[in-house]
Amino acid sequence: MYVAVKGGEAAIENAHSWLDEIRRGDTDVPELGIAQIRNQLALAVDRVMAEGSLYDPDLAALAIKQSRGDLIEAIFLIRAYRTTLPRFGSSRPIKTENMACMRRISATFKDVPGGQVLGPTFDYTHRLLDFKLAAEGSAEPALKAPAQADEVKPHITSFLNDEGLIQSEPQNDQTPPDLTREPLELPASRALRLQALTRGDEGFVLGMGYSTQRGYGRNHAFVGELRIGNVAVEVDIPELGFAVEIADIEITECETVNQFTGSKTEPPQFTRGYGLVFGQSERKAISMALVDRALRWKELGEDDTGAPAQDEEFVLYHCDNIQATGFVEHIKLPHYVDFQAELELVRKLRREANAAREAAE
Amino acid sequence: MNTDSETLQRQAWMATLAKSSADMLLEVWQEAGLKPVFEWLRTPEIGAVMVRGAMGGTGAAFNLGEMTVTRCSLRLQDGVVGHAYVAGRDRKKAEISALCDALMQTDQATAVREKILDPLKDATLAARTGTAQKAAATKVDFFTLVRGED
Repeated sequence: MYVAVKGGEAAIENAHSWLDEIRRGDTDVPELGIAQIRNQLALAVDRVMAEGSLYDPDLAALAIKQSRGDLIEAIFLIRAYRTTLPRFGSSRPIKTENMACMRRISATFKDVPGGQVLGPTFDYTHRLLDFKLAAEGSAEPALKAPAQADEVKPHITSFLNDEGLIQSEPQNDQTPPDLTREPLELPASRALRLQALTRGDEGFVLGMGYSTQRGYGRNHAFVGELRIGNVAVEVDIPELGFAVEIADIEITECETVNQFTGSKTEPPQFTRGYGLVFGQSERKAISMALVDRALRWKELGEDDTGAPAQDEEFVLYHCDNIQATGFVEHIKLPHYVDFQAELELVRKLRREANAAREAAE
Repeated sequence: MNTDSETLQRQAWMATLAKSSADMLLEVWQEAGLKPVFEWLRTPEIGAVMVRGAMGGTGAAFNLGEMTVTRCSLRLQDGVVGHAYVAGRDRKKAEISALCDALMQTDQATAVREKILDPLKDATLAARTGTAQKAAATKVDFFTLVRGED
């Protein structure tokens, strides 16, 4: 029997108004502005844009404010907003080789044209709490050295490519599959896997990438190059008949160089894993590249070792934190009827078990 | 707008307008004092463009994620049409960009270039140069320690 139950409207309304109040917090403390979040919590904004799959720093900052800093809730808000936008078209593939790099490092070659550029990294900080920041001190301006605005740094893998030592990336003009338009189907193409990974949960992709390093689908990766900076987005405008750059966006790109001893179909050479993420997120970009490479085992003729990171069904169906949180959290919502049925069943089984025991005695 | 060089020029000014800061664009537009009469062909509309990446940086395309875009089209009294496609959700920025695009095709092009495009380009270049200079200051100078061979 299905019983429809109404009620709770007043409770819900009051819960929302308490949420509004508690979001604002102590009114003696100044309210956070969107520009403050965008500027001073920029990496949180970047994560919300990457996993929300919508590049718009102001919207991401608003979502962080609205969600009280719960980034997955903020990503949820962005994903919901995204679905309301008409799609004007697609960009040409962004040319990361033309990136205006603020950071560019290689773990494989020390002396590379363009040099090792650290950028504003946490890497060499001592991870000691800086109590000066608690006292609202103003930062010293960054030092400058002579440089041109649009100096281009060549991709490091292009040097290996010149010698044929790394597998070249296949070209085609096909329209890539879009998992926001068609449901995810397996087996997935690499294009679809990369789309799923770039909007996938940072923690999940990090854990999967880490598992490959610990031996679950080991593929011995070096970070060939990691670069962060601005890249132009170029869109074909139908009414004009030519393409126009509509923005420069901040992007993190990671190319791993992986040992590959060759297979039945491929000669010994290096292969790549690829990570590309909106904003500054090198942890995500490196992890994405590791998982991308692990998922390529089939096309490279490698063995399936049964590792989770090689299992595209496992990775792709569990990397999306909005799908995951939707299903995990829905079990807190009313399941009164389902549970009533379970309760009846357990009582019945207990009655039967007791009766059987008494009969045996 | 038939020749390649005209297309290249138009691409360049449309990119300058799209990449400018909305605040600065509004400021230089108001200072320029241009008040062209126009009619809308398409009022500013907010939507999204799917940004694509290339696998391995050089290979086939994949979908990276969307970005917000505002577009509009308008016609000046003399029939010249201006278009704008600018990132973000700023309708005013799109309107001014489309007006500048149209005016750049008229005899007011010199004024628009001097009063609007050049200052915007200078500001963008200054910002990019500043970033490049800060990056350059974080470039690693490797040095080899003297080996004790004697």
